[in-house]
Amino acid sequence: MSKYLLIMRGTDESNAAMMANIDEMMATTRQFIEEMVKAGVLLAAEGLDDPGKGVVVDFSGETPVVTDGPYGETKELFGGFFLLDVASKQEAVEWAKRVPAAPGSKIEVRRVPGSDEVPQVDE
Amino acid sequence: MGTADVEAVWRIESARIVAALSRFTGDFGLAEDAAQEAVAEALVSWPLVPPENPAGWLMATARRRAIDAIRRRTALQDRYALLAADLAVDSAVDDNIDPDKIDDDVLALMFVSCHPVLSPEARVALTLRVVGGLSSEEIARAFLVPVPTVQARITRGKKTIAAAGVPFELPPAAERRERLGGVLSVIYVIFTEGSTATSGDRLLRPDVAYEAIRLARTLAALQPAEPEVHGLLALCELTAARFPARTGPDGSPILLEDQDRRRWDFSAIHRGLAALAKASTRGLGPYGLQAAIAATHASAPSVEATDWDRIVVLYEALGRVAPSPVVELNRAVAVAMASGPAQALAIVDELIASDRLPGSHLVPTVRGELLTRLGRRPEARAELELAARLCANQHERSVLLRKAAALS
Repeated sequence: MSKYLLIMRGTDESNAAMMANIDEMMATTRQFIEEMVKAGVLLAAEGLDDPGKGVVVDFSGETPVVTDGPYGETKELFGGFFLLDVASKQEAVEWAKRVPAAPGSKIEVRRVPGSDEVPQVDE
Repeated sequence: MGTADVEAVWRIESARIVAALSRFTGDFGLAEDAAQEAVAEALVSWPLVPPENPAGWLMATARRRAIDAIRRRTALQDRYALLAADLAVDSAVDDNIDPDKIDDDVLALMFVSCHPVLSPEARVALTLRVVGGLSSEEIARAFLVPVPTVQARITRGKKTIAAAGVPFELPPAAERRERLGGVLSVIYVIFTEGSTATSGDRLLRPDVAYEAIRLARTLAALQPAEPEVHGLLALCELTAARFPARTGPDGSPILLEDQDRRRWDFSAIHRGLAALAKASTRGLGPYGLQAAIAATHASAPSVEATDWDRIVVLYEALGRVAPSPVVELNRAVAVAMASGPAQALAIVDELIASDRLPGSHLVPTVRGELLTRLGRRPEARAELELAARLCANQHERSVLLRKAAALS
């Protein structure tokens, strides 16, 4: 088994579309989450607050500079994530295809390496 | 779509396909055969024509294969007429999915796969096959047996269930708790096989252990009011949390006292502790107690700083609810840490005197360690050499021989 992070990447348009029928969206998402729980693959799922309420810590200068969101050039805004424990990348992708996502949004599927894969400097 | 894509969909869908077909046909064995035929067809046809709805495709195809099989059985002609009529009004497979029904279906599938009429080997093979969606090849690899052996176990298992007239349904409430114990023990056997392979040259088969964890999570989601299900899940999570630290780069085992605890999987520990909290609502059962022991280890910064007194108490409690010589032996190890090797040796010698663990390498292993700590080197060496002769795992054996050699 490997862990995969499914990162929801909405756009202003897809976020607006989602907000337009938020009740239905919440219901289908809850159902989807329950399905993953019963399949024994879901480790965590969270939605993020409005990007406008976040800040960006920018390391381009000598000291970190904190600015208000949103995120400059970024066209797609991280809206939430699912952390899955699955047998293969294909299985993570198969779950990603089933996410009730608003049209126009994207889902990034990224593997989380195991703690035994992280390079150890002290050995 | 390639083989891996088919496998991914199969892994997600297989349990509910087999479960729904079992309910639909009333025949668990036939349902499993039909589902296997459907996935075989998918492996051929999806690379050429990818289906729009892969899950629906599998379900519809499996259902057609089930009907074909029933059609071939002339004795069941009447039932076929019934099914065909049913199919005509209900040809769209995914139209009226009732989530409660699916839950009951998958749960019933677990109970049927772990039914007491089956041999323990058949229960394990059937659970991995029909609930986990593993192929015969994968199961054979996990348990180091030839593929035909697994196939024979599955075939015999299905025949046994048919011959015994086991209905595809949830056991009555009164029976359910008792039967649930059987389901838990099958999942635990699978986990144990993955966490310490009983034979062969590898200490860990993580894939097998993680499949057991997935099954335990599924069971916990389907039976949230059963504390022992959470106890088993907690035990598995907390044990698996140590996997990254349990073997060296060459696959050799690293003992608890030598493990780099920074390598433990802290998110798994966190999940294990959360499951343990759910398990302790009405006092802990055997799995919950074992999980509590694992939790005590997991929250200790080192072997020395471990709350061994608490572990002794937990083993005493475990010995009362689930007495076994292995529990006694583990209690002896904990006593050695809490109060010294002499007291522990008395417990081990009593075990040997009553001959309750004959032929196990664990008794001489522990006795050898205790004698080493007491400075009785020649006796310790003889015990460790005896342990090595009795041990089936090559890695464990070489550790024992190394320790014995160090005493000469």
